[in-house]
Amino acid sequence: MTFRINLNGKETTLDIDGDMPLLWAIRDIIGLTGTKYGCGIAQCGACTVHVDGEPTRSCQLTVEDAVGTKITTIEGVNGKVAETAQTVWAELDVPQCGYCQSGQVLAAVALLSQNTKPTDENIDEAMAGNLCRCATYHRIRAGIHEAARRLEA
Amino acid sequence: MLHQIEKFAEQSKTVPAAAIDSVISNASRRGVLKGLGGFVLALHLLPAGRAGAFPAYETFGPGMPNGVVNDPHIFVAIAPDGEVTIIAHRSEMGTGSRTTLPMVIADEMEADWDRVTVKQAEGDEPKYGNQDTDGSRSLRHHIQPAREIGAAMRHMLKQAAAKQWGVKIDEVEAVGHQVIHKSLGSRVGYGDLAEAAMALKTPPRDVLQFKDEKEFRYIGKGTVPIVDLHDITTGKAVYGSDVRLPGTRVAVIARPPVVGATIKSIDDSAAKAIAGVETIMHLPITPLGSKFKPLGGVAVIAENTWAAIQGRDALKIEWDRGEHGTFETRAYEAELRASTAEPGTSVRNQGNADAALKDAAKVLTYEYYQPHMAHAPMEPPTALANYADGKCEIWAPVQSPYVARTDTAEYLGMDAKDVTVNVTLLGGAFGRKSKADFATEAAFLAKQVGGPVRVQWTREDDIRHSYYHTSSVERIDIGLDSDKRVTAWRHRSAAPSFLSTFTEDKGVQHEIEIGMGLENLPYEISNVSAEQCPAFAHTRVGWFRSVSNIPRAFAVQSATAELAHELGRDQKEFLLEIIGPPRILDAKTAGLPGKFWNQYEPEKEFPFETGRLSGVVRLVAQKAGWGKSLPKGEALGIAAHRSFVSYIAMVVHAKVEKGIVRVPEVHVAVDCGFAANPERVRSQMQGACVFGMTAALYSGISFDNGEVQESNFHDYEMVRADNFPELVHTYIVPHSFEVHATGVGEPGVPPFAPALANAIFNATGRRIRNLPIGDQLKA
Ligand code: FES
Ligand code: FES
Repeated sequence: MTFRINLNGKETTLDIDGDMPLLWAIRDIIGLTGTKYGCGIAQCGACTVHVDGEPTRSCQLTVEDAVGTKITTIEGVNGKVAETAQTVWAELDVPQCGYCQSGQVLAAVALLSQNTKPTDENIDEAMAGNLCRCATYHRIRAGIHEAARRLEA
Repeated sequence: MLHQIEKFAEQSKTVPAAAIDSVISNASRRGVLKGLGGFVLALHLLPAGRAGAFPAYETFGPGMPNGVVNDPHIFVAIAPDGEVTIIAHRSEMGTGSRTTLPMVIADEMEADWDRVTVKQAEGDEPKYGNQDTDGSRSLRHHIQPAREIGAAMRHMLKQAAAKQWGVKIDEVEAVGHQVIHKSLGSRVGYGDLAEAAMALKTPPRDVLQFKDEKEFRYIGKGTVPIVDLHDITTGKAVYGSDVRLPGTRVAVIARPPVVGATIKSIDDSAAKAIAGVETIMHLPITPLGSKFKPLGGVAVIAENTWAAIQGRDALKIEWDRGEHGTFETRAYEAELRASTAEPGTSVRNQGNADAALKDAAKVLTYEYYQPHMAHAPMEPPTALANYADGKCEIWAPVQSPYVARTDTAEYLGMDAKDVTVNVTLLGGAFGRKSKADFATEAAFLAKQVGGPVRVQWTREDDIRHSYYHTSSVERIDIGLDSDKRVTAWRHRSAAPSFLSTFTEDKGVQHEIEIGMGLENLPYEISNVSAEQCPAFAHTRVGWFRSVSNIPRAFAVQSATAELAHELGRDQKEFLLEIIGPPRILDAKTAGLPGKFWNQYEPEKEFPFETGRLSGVVRLVAQKAGWGKSLPKGEALGIAAHRSFVSYIAMVVHAKVEKGIVRVPEVHVAVDCGFAANPERVRSQMQGACVFGMTAALYSGISFDNGEVQESNFHDYEMVRADNFPELVHTYIVPHSFEVHATGVGEPGVPPFAPALANAIFNATGRRIRNLPIGDQLKA
């Protein structure tokens, strides 16, 4: 079957099984590898992408269901919020191994887009689905606060 | 170091001896603050004639397989435009060593970090020296060679300039990416000198002029960010499954549910019917004790990962479980407890603990249990391999690329020179990726297929087929006389050894495992004994961040607090008292048959100084405000442990509400000698606290009918952003370069669980002796 999806602003035609999770379509078929596999069952957030701006676990969304949406991956995310988050992430040296960070950045960008002044509780709630085995939670939280501060200024 | 265990396994099938190790190392940070990386430097001249500012000291580095290489011709390349490439020969799994070691070279050679590119070495130890990135030793073993490489390179650049100008070498100085004539002021850039400098022989160490610590630009500053930072935050960083070759096939493998289980029957028709599935291939089954050989099983090879996963899940296989098919966790725990009820084999005998216990007015007995654990790095094992024209090339996130290469060559019956192992970034590792069974699987399948194959482990595969952290019972018997003085301390340990992964299992621990807190109790007690009691493995046991230090620190530091409570003493005061006055632990006085294992580091250079252990205890207690009053249900707990020749003490603030444990704050005091990258020391301590909290609260792999019962993050849980040690304050004991740099990747983990358990006790009166804590406090 062929499916047309909108990924990072580009219309892309995929000739695949419509049941394939978007994660594998992005990685294996489209060939963008910033979106990571960590669990396959919505438990880790490594595969987070934006679907119409909402942080979404791409391991849980089939290609068929993604048709008609606007999908953004770490490679395509842009705009003021994303740039600020990425800059702050670098300045605070958030990553350790870095594997979870595409998902962390996208989850943080979605949060900051909806809530310009998140509290610790808002952050915990928004970020609890994104595991980091290296444990960069301290800096992620600090990074979100710092990005919010800069975006407000 | 793992080659040493192997060597042992080869030489002797009866006695334990030899070596391996675990995870990680030190690291880097912080934006070369714009400008600082550039040419604030240019005017800063190095005073001449300070050769010997950095006298050489001995480490175990040269004793590692293939030793240490410190030749700039191997590690540094300078292009005609002045761009410098520095080789990182250690694997990067989040500790920052891929940044820190090249940064040390750059600093010592006076290169501008903004003009340095770091290139990852392939697995080639004869060329680069040992590459086992584990044992928290990248900095410990390589900071000296890195300085030597840098200083030698700087010397060669100066020689080349002096020759070009026809002057003496001591008339010139290398500063900020160029060589300057000191009186004439003429300058020549590194790029223009590159060819001539590289053609020179490496100068002997005794002519090298090392920088004075005050002259370091990057070392010890914490201002250099990790080199992959930008790529990581923009999704461009390349991990194990991100390398793409045209025509790559993806394999997902059904492995035996019990190690060594064989196939009774298989029906692969449903798998073959799945769109995209191309081939089904068998890998030979291996029994326990096969080192890092693949477990074997049935590979489903498909066009893409999704098809391969579906295909694998559709296989119908009936297994003959074999000899470990009845392994069951509860029964095993009982077996380990029974084992420590009997005298074991003595590994330390100071005074006469048995007699003192017999004579004691009171004997306290505490038993601590720890189940198996899986590393669960965020990136599950994965590797890409290609095979063409008799050569095999692998891309994989491996901690020991040379071992991966030689093991794979052996498995495939190839010559190691025909196998290449390229190291990608590691999406976490924690010891799991020292064992490159996954890379060998990919190579085997690539050879069968005759083209590129990527093996992808699912999270379920990772949790169910790990090289598990040992499970253990640590039993401590303490004798008190009628004046309540401690007269005896006897520690028995029953834990299956990682030796069982290498050779026939004799139920005995390796000297490395014994060395991690069993033989080296740093307490001032006259009668101390340590014994290892038999324990046999029924699954693959391997090293896991901090290894046997985890259960040992948990047992010893919990028992110390229990004893303090029994004696009506303050935990911290009693800990300091029982450590006793500052002294260097002496193996003979301690009643050891030989030397302390001491990470194989020479005791002369890396002695066990009890004063440094007390030092971090005092520091952390003071910083944490030990003794302050807290609301009901909250309390502080303390623990200290020396591992990987670093000294760490922690105060954990626990808060227990309806059985749920929270940790609002942790204070960590670290004495790791000279801190090359204080920023990464801090990030490693933050990481260790969260990792330690996951282990203490949740981590337990259980077996039934030989099969692992957990499968993914819903039942093998991790600490998340909604309940983690919220504030981690790290205090680094300041030292100059003379106090040798040690490691920080692992030693932060062991004190966490006992400090937490001690805090929980102070908060609730409930004593945790069995890990993980799980729901114990809810009942
Ligand atoms: S891979 Fe999708 S949530 Fe873990
Ligand atoms: S940085 Fe390694 S898993 Fe998050």
